[in-house]
Amino acid sequence: MDAKDPVLARLVEQVGSAQAHRTPLDIRGGGTKRFYGGVPAGEPVDITDLSGITSYEPTELVVTARAGTLLRDLEAALAEQGQCLPFEPPRFAAGGTVGGMVAAGLSGPARASVGSVRDHVLGMTLLNGRAEVLTFGGQVAKNVAGYDVSRLIVGSLGILGIICEVSIKVLPVSVATATLRFDWDETHALRQLCGWRAQPLPINASAWHGGRLHLRLAGAQAAVEAACKALGGERVEPSQANTWWTGVRDQSEDFFSLRAASEAPGESISESIWRLSVPATSGVIALPGEQFIEWHGALRWWKTGAEAAQVRDAANRVGGHATLMRGADRSAGAFAPLSEVLMRVHQGLKEAFDPERIFNPGRLYAGL
Amino acid sequence: MHNIAMNSSLRSLPEVRSDAEVDSSLDQRRRELVAALCQVLPREMVLMRHEDTVAFECDALTAYRASPLVVVLPDTETQVAATLGICHKMGVPVVARGAGTGLSGGATPHRSGVILSLAKFNRIVNIDAESCTATVQCGVRNLAISEAAAAYGLYYAPDPSSQIACTIGGNVAENSGGVHCLKYGLTLHNVLKVRGFMADGQPVEFGSHALDAAGLDLLSVVVGSEGMLAVTTEVTVRLIPKPPLARCIMASFSDIESAGAAVASVIAHGIIPAGLEMMDRAMTAAVEGFVHADYDLEAAAILLCESDGTPEEVEEEIGRMEQVLKAAGASRFEVSRDEAQRLKFWSGRKNAFPASGSISPDYMCMDSTIPRRCLAEMLRSIQEMEVKYNLRCVNVFHAGDGNLHPLILFDAEDADQMRRCELFGADILETSVRLGGTVTGEHGVGVEKLNSMCVQFSAAERAQFLGVKRAFDAGELLNPGKVIPTLQRCAEYGKMHVRRGMLQFPELPRF
Repeated sequence: MDAKDPVLARLVEQVGSAQAHRTPLDIRGGGTKRFYGGVPAGEPVDITDLSGITSYEPTELVVTARAGTLLRDLEAALAEQGQCLPFEPPRFAAGGTVGGMVAAGLSGPARASVGSVRDHVLGMTLLNGRAEVLTFGGQVAKNVAGYDVSRLIVGSLGILGIICEVSIKVLPVSVATATLRFDWDETHALRQLCGWRAQPLPINASAWHGGRLHLRLAGAQAAVEAACKALGGERVEPSQANTWWTGVRDQSEDFFSLRAASEAPGESISESIWRLSVPATSGVIALPGEQFIEWHGALRWWKTGAEAAQVRDAANRVGGHATLMRGADRSAGAFAPLSEVLMRVHQGLKEAFDPERIFNPGRLYAGL
Repeated sequence: MHNIAMNSSLRSLPEVRSDAEVDSSLDQRRRELVAALCQVLPREMVLMRHEDTVAFECDALTAYRASPLVVVLPDTETQVAATLGICHKMGVPVVARGAGTGLSGGATPHRSGVILSLAKFNRIVNIDAESCTATVQCGVRNLAISEAAAAYGLYYAPDPSSQIACTIGGNVAENSGGVHCLKYGLTLHNVLKVRGFMADGQPVEFGSHALDAAGLDLLSVVVGSEGMLAVTTEVTVRLIPKPPLARCIMASFSDIESAGAAVASVIAHGIIPAGLEMMDRAMTAAVEGFVHADYDLEAAAILLCESDGTPEEVEEEIGRMEQVLKAAGASRFEVSRDEAQRLKFWSGRKNAFPASGSISPDYMCMDSTIPRRCLAEMLRSIQEMEVKYNLRCVNVFHAGDGNLHPLILFDAEDADQMRRCELFGADILETSVRLGGTVTGEHGVGVEKLNSMCVQFSAAERAQFLGVKRAFDAGELLNPGKVIPTLQRCAEYGKMHVRRGMLQFPELPRF
């Protein structure tokens, strides 16, 4: 990335001055994920002007885009070439940016089969807390020169620096897809998903909710057709299936909306949406409320009024962790507490990238 | 110096110091260390006599050697923790070591440090067919995981060529690839959890059995950190169903350009082959003499393009590949009929290194990555360099992901050839960086590519790497001196750089 770029130069100056004055900065893209993580605080830094696709070579399966590029625009450019971001990043609202996608590190329905945002990031230009513009990784998939810093930044919620530009591995859109529907209860659905895992089936995504499992197949035409025949179930009409999976990806499905307190008079405890990331083979997890299961069992969304401690405990017991995704009360922290040794590493990394602690304070953990 | 992968019979460089010459302060240090270690470890696990430690003086990059102060061979995690605790307290560097198959000197001993050999951690803890995961100790060989998983129809996808010998702990340290990583990813993409110890001996876990873990994605930096952030003792990997069928296409091209364009064209048509490899004419000739696989010796380049999956998938994909490769101008074209023929196609590629050893006293193996579209340009540049440095170079590429392994042929007994070889290697790496690539695709930096790191990264970027190291290992005791070159070293390399073009000066210092 060219350090003389006027937009980048302005950001460098703003960070330099914030560093000198120890001014906390609140890094903002499209502002579509403000609900995620700790409550944002600090002087706003707008990165939306740092936009545009820098390079895109379809035959390299790599796209490089500046952080403020709209996710919508990036995905449209890829679609023109028959390619896509295979990890299906969610768009919680219009205006989501590439920088926000990487900073949040959230992946959509296909994640369990194709990998996460982190898996697809190849390189990054980062503006750190010393106002230095640094480039890590690159535009090639195989690269072991130095630590893989660009992947460390994925999901860091901006606490280590401002993401300026990202190179991402892209993939061709699958030749064929099909969605199947099964009316199965949770226990049966989890058992089936488990059994399919060890078979060479082109399963790309799964979602269970309210006694119904949706299964998406993607791959070569012949493989998808053969799998449809072998698996049975009811085939969902393609446009209807698309609407369904988009709703799951963007959490616009009914399950993900929280009733405002006024709509639920008489309920003393407000509901939150929790994200439980657990080993896929964990059996039924029991909590009060309602559940939505993705990633072949590895992601369990709970809409519940249960206390944070109860939810975290349920996730811990099976070797997973719970994140408060949406909820009014973020005072107990959005993310699962870390062991002492891991927190020490986190503190050390914060010190290394952002010694004056100016970037997104408290967004990941209090004190970082 | 660069990656000088010498033949097994090779003269090794003379040992810098023999046991007798070790100065008394090191000797004193060794006695104190051994005394402390023997408090917590059985005596036979602590090696200090020269004849016992000599086997640990280098990894597969044999040109770099050093005598470690002590070699420790623990067999429990408690002993690993205790060893680290003692070294931490005494300020002694620790170099963890697996099978020692690394090609960049990542396991080269530190003269005043301990070699922590984890060879005894060779137990497969658990193969879980239901979750499709394997939990294994760090010293388990890469191939042993797939062999153990085979009973369940599963396997571990990353397959570095050294997979019969290299360990999973080493794979984690190097983020190893293999011929199938275009489709199935690198080590990072196939590892769920790493368990181990921090420099001070505290136990730690990175990642989890879920698909992510809370907080920063530390697993991303631990994998590929070349043993500089933590010591790995146990790894949980993802297993995938073994594809019922694999078939391979062997296609010849009469010029390098069309072979390079064919690679790009396969990808452009939305095909992700299970493997996509290229050999140039010189390499093909070398391996044909070695394995007799009936390779096309007239071709300027040969492509191996593999499809795997269910029989329906493979049939469909092979059809599409055939169309694309023929349209790209393949002059000879063959699809493997059965498993035996597929393995025959691969035999030459898999034997590229030993075959090169059979036609030259020594060879230096490079490992850069470039954007795929630059393959032909890179090959042409290498041909020009052959003239410039008056040395031959044979080429194998993981073409699908742009990872090059040019093998520069030379005779290490001829000092001038050795010098020209090093310059040739440096030129390839710098050309790779200029084309938008990287100085190491899969072999790691170790000690061997420290100078090249000065070319690829700015001083601020290198300082940031150092900051990452200190966040994990504040005392800089784990594998110190590897991966991140010092400012001073880069400054000196910069000076040599200027003089580099002037080959006629015999006094030019070696680096």
